[in-house]
This record gives sequence, C-alpha cells and structure tokens, in this order.
Amino acid sequence: MRQIIGIWVGRGVGASLILIVCLFLSLPLIALLLRVTPELLATYIPNETVQKALWLSITTSIISMAIVILIGTPAAYFHSRSYYPGKSFVDTLIDLPLVLPPAVAGLALLLLFGRTGLLGKYLNVIGIDIAFTTFAVILAQIFVSSPFYIRQAKALFEQLDPSYEETAKTLGSSSLRTFLFIILPLCATGLTSGAIMTFARALGEFGATIMFAGNLPGITQTMPLAIYAAMQGDFDVAITISVLLVAISLAIMLTVKLLTEKWRYNV
Amino acid sequence: MFKFAARKELRDFTLDLSLEVADGEIMVLMGGNGAGKTTVLRLTAGLLTPDAGVIETKKRILYHHQSKINCPVQNRNIGYVFQNAAVFPHMSVYDNVAFGLRARRVDSLELADRTDEWMDRLAISNLATVRAGHLSGGQKQRVALARAMATKPDLLMLDEPFTALDQKNQIAVREWISLCVREQKIPCLLVTHNPTDAEAVGDSVCVIDRGCVIEDNSMRGYFDNAT
Repeated sequence: MRQIIGIWVGRGVGASLILIVCLFLSLPLIALLLRVTPELLATYIPNETVQKALWLSITTSIISMAIVILIGTPAAYFHSRSYYPGKSFVDTLIDLPLVLPPAVAGLALLLLFGRTGLLGKYLNVIGIDIAFTTFAVILAQIFVSSPFYIRQAKALFEQLDPSYEETAKTLGSSSLRTFLFIILPLCATGLTSGAIMTFARALGEFGATIMFAGNLPGITQTMPLAIYAAMQGDFDVAITISVLLVAISLAIMLTVKLLTEKWRYNV
Repeated sequence: MFKFAARKELRDFTLDLSLEVADGEIMVLMGGNGAGKTTVLRLTAGLLTPDAGVIETKKRILYHHQSKINCPVQNRNIGYVFQNAAVFPHMSVYDNVAFGLRARRVDSLELADRTDEWMDRLAISNLATVRAGHLSGGQKQRVALARAMATKPDLLMLDEPFTALDQKNQIAVREWISLCVREQKIPCLLVTHNPTDAEAVGDSVCVIDRGCVIEDNSMRGYFDNAT
C-alpha cells in the first residue's frame, strides 16, 4: 500500500513540475496573444515602421545564415577531420558567442570595426565605414548566431561513419565530389536544422546589434530593436511586431521538427 | 597478381608481413580481434600509409617506400567492400552501383551498360530505384559488391562480408564472390573470423596474429593441419 502511495506521490510531483514549466513558458506568450485582435494586426502590419523592420530583419537574417553556411560548412568539415595544435582552443572560440553577453559582443565588434577601432581606423582611411550600417547588423548577427550552425555541423561530421567517405574514395571519388555527393547529403537534415536555428537566432538578435549598428529605422532597426523603440512610443506597434516574431519562431520550430522526421535516412 | 610486403608501427605491435595472391584466387585472412587483418586492407587501399615496404597489383605499384611512391586512394583501382557494406543510404541502388563509374568519368553509354550488367549479375536489377538505406543486409552486400566490381578493380578486398547475413544469404554471397573473382580473374583478399566461410570460399589461407603471419597455407593444407 505504502509503495502504491509512493508511486502516486511521485507521479503527482512529476506532473506538477511539468505543469509549472509549461505555465512558465506559455503564460507570457498567452498574455501577449490576448492583447492581439485582428483589427490591431490589420492596422499595424502595413505600418511603415513594422514593414521596414520586418523586411530588414528577414533580409539580414537570410544573408547572415547564407554566409554562416558558406563559410561554416567547409570550416567545420576541415576542423572535424584534422588534428592540429590549439584545436581545443578553436573549439572553445567557436562556442564562445553562445555564452558571451550579446552587449559585450557588440562592444567588441565596435572596438574592432568602429571608426577608431583596431581594423576600423585603417578601413576608415580607405573610406569604408562599417559600424552603424546594415552590414554591421549582418556582422553582429553572424557573430552571435554562427555557433548554432558550426557546432551542429562539426558534431555531424565527427559522428558520420567514416566508411562512407572511405568507400567513395576507393571508388575513385575526389575529396570535393565525396564531400558534395556523400557527406553533405548524409548530414543534410542536421545541417538544415542548424541553419534554421542560426536564422532564428539572427532574427532575434538585439544586444550586439544595438551596440554595434545602432537603432536607425530602415537601416539598422531590426524587429527586436523596433519593439524596443516602440515601447517608448506606440505600444501597439511593439505588440504587432512581437506577435509576428512569435509566429515566425513557431513556424521555424515546426519546420525543424518536420524536417528532422522526414529526412531521416536509414544510415 | 597482388603482392604485399609492408611494415607499419601500430599502437600495440608492429605489423610486418608478406602476402602474395594470384589472379582469380581468393586468399582468406584469418586471425583474432585486433590481429591486424583490417589494417592490411587499409594499408593496401591507401587509407593508411606503411612505414616501409612494397605493395603492388599487376598493373601498378601502389606503394614503394624506397622509390617514395604512394599512389593516392582514388587512383589505386581497388574494390574494397567494408564490413558494414557502406552503401550510400541516400542514393538509389542504381546510383550506388554507378557511383565509381561517374567518379571516373566513364562515358554515359558504357556507364549504363556496366551498371546494368553488374546489377544483373548480382540479381539486384529489380531494386534499381530503391533507396539503398531501405535494403536488407544481404541486399546491401550485393550492392556493395556490384559497386566495387563495376569499376573493374585490379584487386577485390572484402572485410567480414558475411557477418550480418543469415545462412541463406551467406551461401549466396559466397557464391557471388567466387564467381566475380574467377570470372574477372582478379586477386581477392577476404577477411573473416569464420573457418567455415574460409573453407567455402578461399583458395589459400593466411592466419595472422599481432601483425605477423603465423600460418600461410593452401586451404586444403590449412584444414588438414587443423584436423
């Protein structure tokens, strides 16, 4: 009897904890959604501030994601396949932006690319200004979001059974062909979900962007920055942009889930 | 004709052995776990580099320490079937068999002919459009064998090809291997733990332990000694 009571108490505690986690994560979103009406969305989605922020956020996040994929994929592959002095240091460096406060990242980028920064002062001489431009938004997004993709790619390449790669080579396949036709397709699911998470992180980036790129509407004011600006003015604009971000985030998470289930090869 | 006389310092011992396999002949490499059997295959394929010695097939020198020849893996023209078959799971059976031919830029007519021919021989034509990840163990072994043979290799190497197969498939795969090697008149190195497989398929046997040959015999001689 005592054992049965113990089992039920255990189940009760477990269920309560799960309920607390669910409420903690969902109540803020419910509070946000309760403030939204179709009229509010119809009024504010066409709003110029919202449109500009939405367009800028999506284009910069796509560009950031593309740059991270193009450079991060081969970099992660070479890193996972080679042994060199300082490899664990490079591992730490790749992961660093995950734990570094974004404001610190923004300040560091400013000290590097700012008009009097380490590189910025030389770029300034030849007429290139990076800080407080749309390009600065992209650099800030790349800095904070790249670990989401590179870590994933690195782990996938390390876990992939080497016999596929070795077989391809014994069949006469060049390293490039093996990478393009064997390794990439076999890692495609994980790489895609890593890329989507990178896009999502870039889309939500705030701290580094405001420090390094500023908050200029149409140039550097992404959606999270527009929410911050609207909080001091039109609260309904802030709510509209927030709801749009929630909708995009949910769509991203659903896509990742569907892709990982659909594209799983029987490896 | 295949000759292997190489040395390689490994973590626990030094592999140092000589082998010779004639065309159309299957040599079975036997030995316990970690004896160095797979290492011999990897050294031959170019996936590992020996410290010294010579490795050659009838058509080319794969490795010659003194002459500093070390042919790249891609150019060795060796059919290597891994223990897990390593069929590319995201490709169809046809694309798997054609992979080596495409990599070698064989022209499209010959590619189609050779792919169809080897799928026919190994009775996998009916699976041509099936994604290889969905095949059974026996079917994967046949695809791997067809893929290796389609490239007309100078040497066929098979690492524990019967491990994941049921008895019926083991017999079938043994027959296919024998047929491929005899018809194409190429030397074959086959690694196995199982004396029954060795007796069924091998012409000669080489037993190794800690990287050295401890018995090198014709198959009949090996089993006569064993009894």
